[in-house]
Amino acid sequence: MWTKHAKFERHSLWMIIGIVIVVSIGGLVEISPLFYLESTVEEVDGMRPYTPLELEGRDIYIREGCYTCHSQMIRPLRDEVERYGHYSLAAESMYDHPFQWGSKRTGPDLARVGGKYSDSWHKDHLTDPRSVVPESVMPPYAFLRDKDLDYRQVQAKLSAMTKVGVPYTQDQIDNATADLEAQADPFDSRATALKKRYGAKLAQRDFDGDPDRLTEMDALIAYLQMLGGLVDFRTYRAEAPENQR
Amino acid sequence: MSHRETDEHSGVETTGHEWDGIRELDNPLPRWWLYIFYGCIVIAAIYWVFMPSWPGVNSYAKGMLNQSDRVDVAKQLEALQTQRGAEGAMLRSASLETIEADPKLQAYALAVGQSVFGDNCATCHGVGGTGSKGYANLRDDVWLWGGSLQDIQHTIQVGVRSEDPQTRQSQMPAFGRDQILKPAQIDDLTEYVVALSRRPANAAAVARAAPVFAEQCVACHGPQGKGNVALGGPDLTDADWLYGGNQADIREQIWNGRGGVMPAWQGRFSPETIKALAVYVHANAGGQ
Repeated sequence: MWTKHAKFERHSLWMIIGIVIVVSIGGLVEISPLFYLESTVEEVDGMRPYTPLELEGRDIYIREGCYTCHSQMIRPLRDEVERYGHYSLAAESMYDHPFQWGSKRTGPDLARVGGKYSDSWHKDHLTDPRSVVPESVMPPYAFLRDKDLDYRQVQAKLSAMTKVGVPYTQDQIDNATADLEAQADPFDSRATALKKRYGAKLAQRDFDGDPDRLTEMDALIAYLQMLGGLVDFRTYRAEAPENQR
Repeated sequence: MSHRETDEHSGVETTGHEWDGIRELDNPLPRWWLYIFYGCIVIAAIYWVFMPSWPGVNSYAKGMLNQSDRVDVAKQLEALQTQRGAEGAMLRSASLETIEADPKLQAYALAVGQSVFGDNCATCHGVGGTGSKGYANLRDDVWLWGGSLQDIQHTIQVGVRSEDPQTRQSQMPAFGRDQILKPAQIDDLTEYVVALSRRPANAAAVARAAPVFAEQCVACHGPQGKGNVALGGPDLTDADWLYGGNQADIREQIWNGRGGVMPAWQGRFSPETIKALAVYVHANAGGQ
């Protein structure tokens, strides 16, 4: 047996084949079941795909690398649940491609930051973090306020999401631009159609306090303000056997 | 290349490779390392039996211990309630006044309140609760929505201009932006508000603004400008200004009619946490 091992040590091709086999066993056993096991994602009420404005906000979140300092994953640990609220469910990131769980917390977890602060606080904080949190080490993102949101691609983005399994309807894709504009303007007449397409659990207002412009700040705050608020925990039975992990 | 031989100094076989006269001894793995490696394999096999591990077709092997992080955290949270003991239970059942009157219970509520405040409220109201421009000062016993224990509790529960259906709600019109008043009238009103807070102002402008104030402002701010807690109308005669008290700040406020948003915390906090917070904020402000 050990003399056979020498064969792997002495021939790089055998070594490569051996490594590939061993690593893929790990991958197949650990990763692939998550795609077919129905029990991976909990059954919950209230989850919906991102609205076009929120999706653009999420893209800014990714572009600016927010995930390098902020996680979106409340682990089932006592202290985390005490501080941040109910632990994150798999269902809550089922429309995230890629997911934003993150792995490092220089800043706090953001999985349930939605609704925790006001829009104007988010604007102040993103513009100059130390104006509201003196000990913060977060860099300022004041430029988001002055940069008009470029949403020419939004329809294509929704359409791309359907390719990876997000259930956007054709109606939602066709009206993406109108929906995006409607959500950022509290007086927009297209709001009824927007709420019909995405459900009533949706904030429609001028997020950045500048009613004349649709900025990247609008999109990012719209995204932050919906994080963690979709699942209806009144109907979710955490103690049910099928929801145990 | 393969020409295995025994090294004469150490008595160990070489690998048979030779590079520029350098040969490599074929030493076996250190025993201690090898046994730890075997030990890990054995532990992994035991782990498979007891802990959740292998996936199946419809589900996964739960393991003999039936271990579940989610069950564990639920148990730990229950244990926490027990650990919080008599004071924790009292905080749930006792009224706000009883909590404040009982020194031991009050000390407990203040400790809970302080930690929750630091984590959730300090981001806007400041670590000491002194607020900043646009974020209310909670240390001065001047209140937009009332400073009694019940008022504070209610404000924490429902928020201000929040998404809660019961939210505290007031809206100052944007007299300038929405062209309700002319710019000159707003200049006069600014002088009038400066005069209300007993500071020197242009007397002619104050006289011109008096009828405008009586028509537009008294509904919320009262005829003397003393405000109205029931409507969230701030007192204009004191030195406490949410959006700044100099002339430019006052003019901007009349022009734009800003109003801040405080989130509703019921649903996010347990009722006893809100009680503790109310006691904490009430005590810090001086206790109206």
